[in-house]
Amino acid sequence: MGRIEKTFLDLAELKQKALIGYIVSGDPNMSSTLMAMHLMVEEGVHVIELGIAFSDPMAEGPSIQQGHERALAEKISLKATLKLVKSFREKDKKTPVVLMGYMNTFEALGSEVFSYAAKDNGVDGILIVDMPLEASDEFTEECRKQGLDVIRLIAPTTTESRIKKICKQASGYIYYISLKGITGADSINPEEVEKKVLKLKKLTDLPVVIGFGIKDGKSASKVKDLADGVVVGTALVDIMGGNKEEIEKHLSIKIKDLSKALRKT
Amino acid sequence: MSKKEKLPDSKGRFGIYGGVYVAETLVPALEELAQKYELIKDDKEFMAEVQDDLEKFVGRPSPLYFAKHWSKKLGGAKVYLKREDLNHTGAHKINNTVGQILLAKHMGKTRIIAETGAGQHGVATATVAARHGLECVIYMGEEDIKRQSLNVYRIKILGAEVVSVNSGTKTLKDAMNEAMRDWVTNVDNTYYIIGSVAGPHPYPQIVRDFNSVVGEEVLFQSKNQIGKMPDLLVACVGGGSNAMGLFYPFIDISSTDLVGVEAGGLGLDTGKHAAPLNAGSEGVLHGMRTYLMQTTEGQIQNTHSISAGLDYPGVGPEHAWLKDIGRADYTTANDQEALDAFKELTLVEGIMPALETAHALAYVKKIAPTMDSEKVIVVNISGRGDKDINTVADIEGIKL
Repeated sequence: MGRIEKTFLDLAELKQKALIGYIVSGDPNMSSTLMAMHLMVEEGVHVIELGIAFSDPMAEGPSIQQGHERALAEKISLKATLKLVKSFREKDKKTPVVLMGYMNTFEALGSEVFSYAAKDNGVDGILIVDMPLEASDEFTEECRKQGLDVIRLIAPTTTESRIKKICKQASGYIYYISLKGITGADSINPEEVEKKVLKLKKLTDLPVVIGFGIKDGKSASKVKDLADGVVVGTALVDIMGGNKEEIEKHLSIKIKDLSKALRKT
Repeated sequence: MSKKEKLPDSKGRFGIYGGVYVAETLVPALEELAQKYELIKDDKEFMAEVQDDLEKFVGRPSPLYFAKHWSKKLGGAKVYLKREDLNHTGAHKINNTVGQILLAKHMGKTRIIAETGAGQHGVATATVAARHGLECVIYMGEEDIKRQSLNVYRIKILGAEVVSVNSGTKTLKDAMNEAMRDWVTNVDNTYYIIGSVAGPHPYPQIVRDFNSVVGEEVLFQSKNQIGKMPDLLVACVGGGSNAMGLFYPFIDISSTDLVGVEAGGLGLDTGKHAAPLNAGSEGVLHGMRTYLMQTTEGQIQNTHSISAGLDYPGVGPEHAWLKDIGRADYTTANDQEALDAFKELTLVEGIMPALETAHALAYVKKIAPTMDSEKVIVVNISGRGDKDINTVADIEGIKL
């Protein structure tokens, strides 16, 4: 059983929701990312999504774009990130790590080389934002060979027939985009999300997590009961881009707040 | 089956190029657009409306002008100019926006967005939005806003909002990222008028089709004015819409050679250029698979060109396909060559071309003298040079 599957099964048994934290690999530098990964886990994050910096991150709002730019200034690439995950695994053998990014950087390495190296270095899944179902055969196949999960996005605009096709190909978990827009956009509408997620849950046995628009304990608690977990990105990336002396402190406070909100019944 | 009937295929691809590489939120919107366009492109009433606008609002057909003096000076092939510079708003860009805004209205959209580099597409979009009374937002890189202040002001007078984009390289590619972000957020009421044969399917097809009026007219005019098909068509290529519009109706006419001219910037060997077909490699950007200027790790590189309209690290997927199958050739002209051609045509023919167009002219300057006097070259004068006066004056060290 893979780390992602096990994590969600364990949480389900405890009737707990998953907290998924997104930061950009190499933002503001590699040692901060490694420190933040361990700290996030310590304070209650169950799955880590590592953004792979790209020069043209089309689906990201201004905060995460800046995170990408900071990482690019450090010349952090996919290869360097694979090494980072290897270092992370020296201390943490349990927490799933998902690489999230854009097609062009993954393709530059090649699906076969990437999948092998990802598995070898301790990566558990990938989420390629601009790789639609129709163009995903190659990566899906190579990742499956290595036992890596291919996490897929479902949007409010996705039709039912398309949801079925996507769920058939996805593994690990389904990432439901809670609003039309970019990462870090304004607050989400819980009623709207509830309708969609209930429908979605009927169409898949995979855990469903909700992302885009969740920034703190308050917004997390609004949607936590609708799904199996929540993703927090922009709020964490803002901290990573802030005063370097205070990253640790602010990250710790933020994750504690989120974690507490998810535990509350 | 002829090449042009086949493509794009049902997945929106030209060979391996093109496709729909976007975030999931946009997939249904693009599917809807593709379906609506499939239906409407064969609708007689709709196409008559487009045709009427092209005649009475744009001023088509544009003349095919024999550049007698320049041909004589070059001392080889006869050079004809397809006068897209005479269109309303001063460039070929209006051919596409006139069509797309009617499509937008047909789809019930009330808000129009677009990206622009040189500002010509921004002006062409703001123009049709003003005419149809639709809200319009134009995304433009901060760098381009500086070098094309005249067009920025034109767009504003036309009632559109100009949003300055200061992410990434602050040029056309970043403006396109930002327009996509707007679209993904406002997809219900907003129509995104892409300005080149680039982006996810069906845009490369839609923009090509609406610009093909250029090539169709050249076919007709060549028959009537010259009595034969041209031996060579030349056009500049940034995203590639003016070239595609000229080339497309000629794809099956094998006696006509097709040459696209990319921006060589300071020279291909300097790395400071915008010539993905000549010096790039395959990749995925802005929803399409195509040739890109990128690092070995897949990061998109900065481009450089004297002309904002060619300053783009990618190229329309159909050009990538035409290059690979050998139907069209792609070469470059550098900044200085373009500037020389800009001046020469202005002096010799009294026609001031856009700096983008001047890249195509620079190639004609080189190739025409090597050809027989019976041979005919048609070059697309994709736009007029008024917008570039400040840039040229700057280079000459003249303060206006």
